[in-house]
Parts: sequence; structure tokens; C-alpha cells
Amino acid sequence: MTAEADHAALIRLFHVHRHFHATRALTDITLDFYRNEFLFVTGPSGAGKTTLLKLLYRGEVASQGQILVDGMNLARIPRKKIHILRRKFGIIFQDYKLIPTRTVYDNVALVLEAAGRKSDYIRKKVQSVLRIVGMDKRQDTLPPNLSGGEQQRVAVARAVVGDPTIILADEPTGSLDAESASLIIKLLKTFHTRGATVIVATHDRELIRSIPGRIIYLQEGRLTSAPTV
Amino acid sequence: MLKRHLRRALQDMRSNRMLSLVTISTFALSILIVSSAMLFFVNMGDIMDGWRQGIRVMAYLQEGLNAADRSTLKVRMESLYGVQQADFVPKDQALARLRTQMGRQTSILDNLDSNPLPDAFEIQMIAASQSWDKVEQLAMALEKLEGVSEVEYGQRWIKRIINIFNLFQLTGTVMGALFFMAAIFIVGNTVRLVLYSRREEVEIMRLVGATEQFILAPFYFQSLIQAALGGIIGLAALFMMYMLIQSRITADMASAFFQPRFLSPLTLLGIVGCGMLVGWLGCHLSVKQYVKA
Repeated sequence: MTAEADHAALIRLFHVHRHFHATRALTDITLDFYRNEFLFVTGPSGAGKTTLLKLLYRGEVASQGQILVDGMNLARIPRKKIHILRRKFGIIFQDYKLIPTRTVYDNVALVLEAAGRKSDYIRKKVQSVLRIVGMDKRQDTLPPNLSGGEQQRVAVARAVVGDPTIILADEPTGSLDAESASLIIKLLKTFHTRGATVIVATHDRELIRSIPGRIIYLQEGRLTSAPTV
Repeated sequence: MLKRHLRRALQDMRSNRMLSLVTISTFALSILIVSSAMLFFVNMGDIMDGWRQGIRVMAYLQEGLNAADRSTLKVRMESLYGVQQADFVPKDQALARLRTQMGRQTSILDNLDSNPLPDAFEIQMIAASQSWDKVEQLAMALEKLEGVSEVEYGQRWIKRIINIFNLFQLTGTVMGALFFMAAIFIVGNTVRLVLYSRREEVEIMRLVGATEQFILAPFYFQSLIQAALGGIIGLAALFMMYMLIQSRITADMASAFFQPRFLSPLTLLGIVGCGMLVGWLGCHLSVKQYVKA
């Protein structure tokens, strides 16, 4: 690892293990993620891609090892302070995870409301982001009334509205048709060029080929090809 | 932020109408029962005070006491602790008083050969000494005086009623506490049900960086609103019942010694405040359990 690269590391994992009782989901992962890079975590189903992403935003806790995110040691963050870590991330899930009883606008605005932003700012920002993802005309619609592609665009809007440092996408095109998937890829590229670090967990080769970025391979919870560390 | 929490709490109440209705009804019923008991005790207390203030201690005299004996006796009585004044009531005056009290039924007295009533002293007590223990002590002291044949403090039965009233008061307090506990558990369960029905939403909020305070504040607001609404409804129902009963009392009984009164505004505020505290507590217990889980 070069001194320059070390300086730019945004996320660092040191000998990270994650066990679920007897099952080893991740074994001895040592890895750096750099600022403003576009990175794919790939591998077959069950390789530990989702678990790796969850560890980053403390959706799960490492059984062993250390994880640093933007200078924060995840093992030392008290439960009450997790929101500070989470606000560094914008997360996109394969199953969208939108609140079905809230409108498109409210789902996106939630991030800014939770951050204590003022109403005027929220209105302007949400409308601007919804315009970028092409959902401004459907802002009063409830998620169950949208197609999968539309729901994922709302999820992307929610992920980026808070101007996060890191965008995590877990199989973002997994449930989408080719056209919708292409639109999501385009959006991820757009937000990457605006300065975000984008980490995508996927086994979609088409998606990996469409964007130039570093690729991390996982096999049975282990890194299988040497990443640049 | 406060406005957002309030708006969210009202939205939640609308989307969980049935649960909210059950909670509000439980509060209304609990408040109605507890405040009914309070209203009863307040008015009974007034009646008891009226009775206490009307305590007359009568010391009946032996036959054959002359004016000098009576004068000495008066001085000795007035020197006893708790006595404000001792007024001599000659037996003729006592009979006249009895005639007045009996009204139309004085014919019984007309057939008497002689006045059967003894001379007596009517003793007024100092207001601060009008507790039952002190009345009893005074009666015993009066009985020991030479020339006094018997001491009567009229409504001895009041003591028994006061004892029963005190027992009711204790039962009412215990019942009130039980109702409030039940309310805590019902509110707690309602909040728990809502929390579990929305656990996915809560999880999403956590993922987007919402603080626990942001997520859970609407639940507290919801419980406070439900408790306040239940309290107001319960007290309104009590007021209607009171108006109904009061109209009957004044029409039928025209009681001079007792004027029914409703709970004071401060007490009403206190009841609603206590209800809201119970709502908050019920919510807090459930939320605490949920956060730990």
C-alpha cells in the first residue's frame, strides 16, 4: 500500500471475521476503500458480499478484527451514536426498503428530516433529487403503486439526498429489467462523478462491465484475488 | 422538529384508528372511575365537615342544682381544654326547643304531666378541637364533673359513618391506583403493537441515520395525546353525570347543610396531567423494552 493510497483510505478493514455460530460468513478480510473510488464487491451467492456491506454501516458487528470508517472505529461507537455513522452512507437495497405508507416525497425527505434540516431546504433538495432520478412527477405516489425500476430510482434518490460520503448498493439491479438497470447504473455513475465513493455488491457481470472500477472478489467469505492493499 | 413529531403522531393515530380508540376509551373509563371516586370523596368530605362543625356536646345536670352550683359548673366546664363556651339550657327551654323541632307532632308532648327533660349545658368547642378523639376526651372529662349526670354528643353515629367513609376512601385510592396501573399496561401494549407492526419502518429509519429520539418521539406524543383526549372525555362524562345528579339533589332534597360541588379546575388539570403522565410511562416502558430487543 502506498503512502498516498493510505492517506486516501476512507474505509479500512483489518483482519475482519464474521461468524454466525458455526457458519463463517467472512474470514480474515483486510481491505481498504478509497475516497471517490467506484468499487465492486462480487462473487457467487452466499460469498459474503451483503455481510461485508452490512459490516460497514454496522448493520452487523464484526466477530473479530477492526473496521474504520472515515476515522470512526466501528467497534467503539455506542449504540446512541450509530446515526452519526449511518449519515455518512446512502444505502440502496435490492428490495428497495421504502416505507410503503409514505409517499415518494416523504420517503426521500425522511433522511433530511432525521438530520434535522429545515423544511424549506428539505423541499428544495428533495424536489431537485427527484428531478435527477426522474421521479418528480410521481412524488405523491405511494411506493406499492410504482414499478420495481421506479421504486429503485426512489431508493437511489433517498440514498443520495443527504449528500453522503459513501453510497452502498447491494444488488441494485438484481430485481430490475435491463432498461431500469441501465438507468440505475447511469444514476450511480452520475453521483460518483459528483464526489461520492460508491461500493456496489453485485454478481451482475453486465453491471461490472458497464462502469470502470476496482473489483473485489469474495469466495466463501474470503478475498480470492489480491486487492490493491 | 416538534411540529414534525406531532404531525407524525397524528398520522399514526389515524392509520391505527382502532388501537387509538381502544386506548382513548380505556383512559376515558379509568379517568371517569377515578374522578368519580374523587368527586364522591370531595362532596362526602364537605358533608362530614358540616357534621363536624355541628357537633354539640350536651352535659345533662343532676336534679336539684341551684344557680350557684350551675355557675361554678359553668366556670369549671369553660376551663376544660377545647371548650369555647358553655351555655346553660334550662329544661323549659329544652322542651320548647323540642316542640319546635317536632313541628306538627307535638301532641305527644301535650299529654305529659311534667317536663321530663333535665337542665343542661350546651358546650361549643373551639374549631381546632373538633376531632372525634378530642370530643370523646372532653365528654369523659365532663362526666367526671360533680353535678353532671350524663354527657351526650348527639350524633355518635357520625363516627361510625366517618369510619366507613375512611374505609371507602382507602378502597377508592387502591382502586384508582389499580386503574392507573391497568391504563399503563394498556397504553404500553398499544405502543408495543404499533411498534411491532412498524418494525420494518423503524429499521429503515435507523438505516437512514435517524436517531432513536427521532424515531420514538412520535410514539410519546401519540400516548400523551391519547391520554389527554381520554382524560378530557372522561371528565366531560363525569361533568354530565354530576349535572344530572345535582339537578336531582337540589330539586328533591333542597339540602341546606350540603351544597354539591364539582372538582376544582386545578384538580381537573391535575387529573388530566396524571393521565398524561401514565400515558408517557406506559409508552416509555414499551419503548425501552423495544429498544433493548
